[in-house]
Amino acid sequence: MSGEAKSESKFEPKIIGFLCNWCSYTGADLAGTARLQYPPNMMAIRVMCSGRVDPGFILDAFSKGADGVLVCGCHPGDCHYIEGNYKCMRRMPLTQKIVADFGIDPKRVRLEWVSASEGARFQEVVTEFTEQIRALGPLQLRDYKFEPEAREVHHVEA
Amino acid sequence: MKSQNGDKQALVTIEIDGQKIEVEDGSYVLQAAQALGIEIPTLCYFPFTTPYAACRVCVVEARDGKGWSKVVTSCNYPAWDGLQILTDTPRVLNARRTNLELLMSRCAELPVLRNLAGKLGIEEPRWGTGEDSCILCGLCVRVCEEIVGASALTFASRGGARNVTTPFHEVSDDCILCGSCASVCPTGHIRLEDQDGKKVNLRELQLGPNSAITMPFRQAVPNVPYINTEHCIHFQTDNCGICAEVCPKECIDYEQKDSTEEFEVGAIVMATGFADFDPTPLKQYGYGALPNVISSIEFERMNNAAGSTGGKILMENGETPGRIGILHCVGSRDDDHHKYCSRVCCMYALKFAHLIKEKTGADVYQFYIDMRSFGKGYEEFYQRILDEGGNVIRGKGAEVVPASNKKKHEGHLIIKCEDTLIGRYREVPVDMVVLCTALEARADAKEMARKLNISTGADGWFIEQHPKLGPVQTATEGVFLAGTCQGAKDIPDTVAQGGAAAAQAMKLLCKGEIMMDATYAEIQEEYCSGCRICNDLCPYHAIEFNDEKCISVVNSALCKACGTCVAACPAGAITGRHFTDEQIYTQIEGMLA
Repeated sequence: MSGEAKSESKFEPKIIGFLCNWCSYTGADLAGTARLQYPPNMMAIRVMCSGRVDPGFILDAFSKGADGVLVCGCHPGDCHYIEGNYKCMRRMPLTQKIVADFGIDPKRVRLEWVSASEGARFQEVVTEFTEQIRALGPLQLRDYKFEPEAREVHHVEA
Repeated sequence: MKSQNGDKQALVTIEIDGQKIEVEDGSYVLQAAQALGIEIPTLCYFPFTTPYAACRVCVVEARDGKGWSKVVTSCNYPAWDGLQILTDTPRVLNARRTNLELLMSRCAELPVLRNLAGKLGIEEPRWGTGEDSCILCGLCVRVCEEIVGASALTFASRGGARNVTTPFHEVSDDCILCGSCASVCPTGHIRLEDQDGKKVNLRELQLGPNSAITMPFRQAVPNVPYINTEHCIHFQTDNCGICAEVCPKECIDYEQKDSTEEFEVGAIVMATGFADFDPTPLKQYGYGALPNVISSIEFERMNNAAGSTGGKILMENGETPGRIGILHCVGSRDDDHHKYCSRVCCMYALKFAHLIKEKTGADVYQFYIDMRSFGKGYEEFYQRILDEGGNVIRGKGAEVVPASNKKKHEGHLIIKCEDTLIGRYREVPVDMVVLCTALEARADAKEMARKLNISTGADGWFIEQHPKLGPVQTATEGVFLAGTCQGAKDIPDTVAQGGAAAAQAMKLLCKGEIMMDATYAEIQEEYCSGCRICNDLCPYHAIEFNDEKCISVVNSALCKACGTCVAACPAGAITGRHFTDEQIYTQIEGMLA
């Protein structure tokens, strides 16, 4: 799909999406059944809960060539496993710090809440994140200028 | 029979019109007569207050059998041994006539007095005919003091100016607006009116009168009365208690409290239903502001034989409407409220049209966006309504306004709309407007969903596991959906879904054991360092620490396979089956290859 990307404007980012089985994966499914169009750049990996997302997966994805990683879970309080998404919520800022230490812009990692009924929101999130990664350009390790203030990670709103 | 002192009284034998009866010493003659089924007219008698003998139409003749006789008021004349009572001697009837004529000289035109006068053979009262409606019996005063305990009413002035009123003729702060005075008043002199916006009348869906002890509706399940503690006199003043006194089975229990019971169950069927959309915010339809604009559920109650008007279709003034407008899609298919179609309104509106025609012969006008007669036999029913002469206008009702000065429309409402089939603006005069309000999710649906770990959609309906393949199941094993809590649907669909949900629940229960998902977490003993990080992470307490081996162990029956512990284990000792690290890394590799 992105093999023919030649110029910067035609850059098609590769994005790995970790979607929780109960909310976001179902939300993605809903976006599909509702025929909502979103960029095909995001490739979904189903996990049972956003709490399953090991920071190692994110680093591994970058090391293997992903340009961005999106993690989607249930809205706070709505987790199928009661509190798995809170665990994820606590891990993400730390993950972003680690990612920054590797010279990767922490903006390339994002956590979003998408419920099973939010097909339209899923479309929005994926489209917006894809555009953001497209704007950041292809991931080239060490392309990120290390500045102390840039280490301030982006906290996900609860 | 009510004992005067509460203690056990000696029994005495009295004779009323030749019939002997044993009664408690000192109990009143009227009660004994009523027990024998002998009719004595009364006006100011109420069994739960102290008898007062104000009206004096209950007079009877008392004799001792030895020659003594006297005309006495039966309501407060105590029984004594050997008392003989005669209720219809010429002397008694004469006294009753005189007393009644005296009352009529004050209030002649009261139906209750006229009725009694007819029975006693009075044609014209001798001392003139007054036009008052209060006979000054003071029953209201006694009820207010003895039963309600409010003492908000009293007699005022003397002689000819004597009257019953509130202190200083003003609305009393002591009045709890219970309406007891009006309900006991023998002549209908006391009327309840709205004062300062305080509610004085309980009405079923605001359409008919009701009392503080009532059944929700006649087919209610369980079919037992309940006390509306907000309006019951006992709960306001600690007095009254008449219901407990009259209940022969002693069922009234004022101490009953709401309680929470816990049940252990193997499956849950959610059948919490829907809520009715409140059309008040749609100001253009005038619900709550204009008379005779009612919601469909109110119309349904009115139309019901067990409902507030006994099945009669009536306007607020008690007349039968000649033209009724039915507005479809109030709150449904509306970008500002609910985008979805409520699915049931078209068909019940057609049913309304049929019933209105049958009961009143009134003209019915339906204002619809699309006529959705989708089910089995529905389209045929629609055609039948058209054949019966039902008027259907394709165009959503835009506004309901009171008719202007046009003489022939006086007192009517006008429905404005665009008739999209003829492409014209129309104003249709009607007497009554029925709003087909949307079905919406209950306000507490989200809270319930959270408790059961299922989810709700944007509209608040519970989400089924799969729209086609799992229509009654939910994301949580053992929780099933039935009926309108899952989405707007009509009765056949609800029954079908309810049956399916019950079958699914039975399937689970009959097996007696549940199939476990093969996905659960496992700890590899040799890698576990016993750090216990995972122990506190598990929301299901499925991970226990084995003190002997100094490692954590997953109880696979409790584990729900969320994988939170797998991601957290610093030693990588936990494997989430079917979502192993290797599988996910391979997926990542495959995707990025």
